[in-house]
Amino acid sequence: MANLKDLKNRIRSVKSTQKITSAMKMVAAAKLRRAQDNAEAARPYAARMSAIINSLASKASPETAPTMLVGTGAEQRILLVVLSADRGLCGGFNGSIIRATRREVERLKGEGKTVDLLMVGRKAKDALKRELGDLIVDSREGIQGTAVSFADIDSIADVIRARLENGELDRCLILYNRFISAITQEVTLSSLIPVEVVETEAADEDSASSAPYEYEPDEATVLEDLLPRNLSTQIYTAILESSASELAARMTAMDNATRNAGDLIDRLTMEYNRRRQAAITTELIEIISGAEAL
Amino acid sequence: MAETTAFELVTPARVMMAVDASMVVIPGSLGLFGAMPRHAPTISTLQRGVVEVYVNGNVNSRIMVDGGIADVTEDKCVILAERAVTLDNTNRSDIESQRQTADTNGNTRELEFLDAVLAAL
Repeated sequence: MANLKDLKNRIRSVKSTQKITSAMKMVAAAKLRRAQDNAEAARPYAARMSAIINSLASKASPETAPTMLVGTGAEQRILLVVLSADRGLCGGFNGSIIRATRREVERLKGEGKTVDLLMVGRKAKDALKRELGDLIVDSREGIQGTAVSFADIDSIADVIRARLENGELDRCLILYNRFISAITQEVTLSSLIPVEVVETEAADEDSASSAPYEYEPDEATVLEDLLPRNLSTQIYTAILESSASELAARMTAMDNATRNAGDLIDRLTMEYNRRRQAAITTELIEIISGAEAL
Repeated sequence: MAETTAFELVTPARVMMAVDASMVVIPGSLGLFGAMPRHAPTISTLQRGVVEVYVNGNVNSRIMVDGGIADVTEDKCVILAERAVTLDNTNRSDIESQRQTADTNGNTRELEFLDAVLAAL
């Protein structure tokens, strides 16, 4: 049974926890603004890039097209790039990525495929090291937040390219949390190799209305130059989305934690006051009954 | 007013420049070419070099790009570049400090690019 002093200590400790969570919430909110701006600023580049790729891809024939565009044709070895956070305390963010990874690996293995994992971010790697450790071929840390440089991205893209050239992968998928809004993030699986070609109606209209493009030096060279850039861009946008999602998830989680701490403080304070009054009443009764006995 | 082409320079981080230009000189991988209004639709890879943007017949701005791709249509000219540095009112010491960082990180591509920027300034 906790006495008054214990209760008082408890209240104090919950109060300091509340201070920390509310500070973390503010920090996440401020960073989220920046991350969201970054993610939005990166969209025009990615959109234009995929527009050009789409128009080129529709012309390329499957036999002669570079493997980076269409994959190797086989579906045997699959590299799964998983984006998680380096730090915890962000609600279901890491948990949902870890669960999705586990599910995806199981599904692919069930289809008899070989799966390799490239982990970006510490949390998912640590969580999956025990059960899927032998599948992890490479990992990266510290590539996220509001300052992601293109050089970091290139180091990831290089791994993928090297494995493709060495025939160590047929398909490359990326698993990340897509930022939808500050309260919703969605675990998304998209394909890096082969490139996802989206046939939009707008693109069709565009190509119909304008004259055919001239390519300098020629289509194949342009495509060869463009595909590695596109790979990096895809990874870059995914990482920006993931960073924004992480901060949004942390903000929501810390907001909840702050509110829960508030509730707990209220309950403990009520309990404390009740105990205090009970103690006073007991003392009074003792004094009165003592006086009456005289 | 003369015809213009809508010029945009887009890097992964942001839309760096968007102006209506009378001509854009682009360092294509087959050599420099000028994109003016009603240019034939062209997609070209770029080499490292300087993009010159002409507004009303005068050079309005010069931007160093480290390769990339140009998408030219009759009324638009979009350049996608991973690295780009504007050469107007850019501080030499800023570039030099960036160069220092690239040097310590062992980032050779960035280093070469910044050297080219310094040479062109």
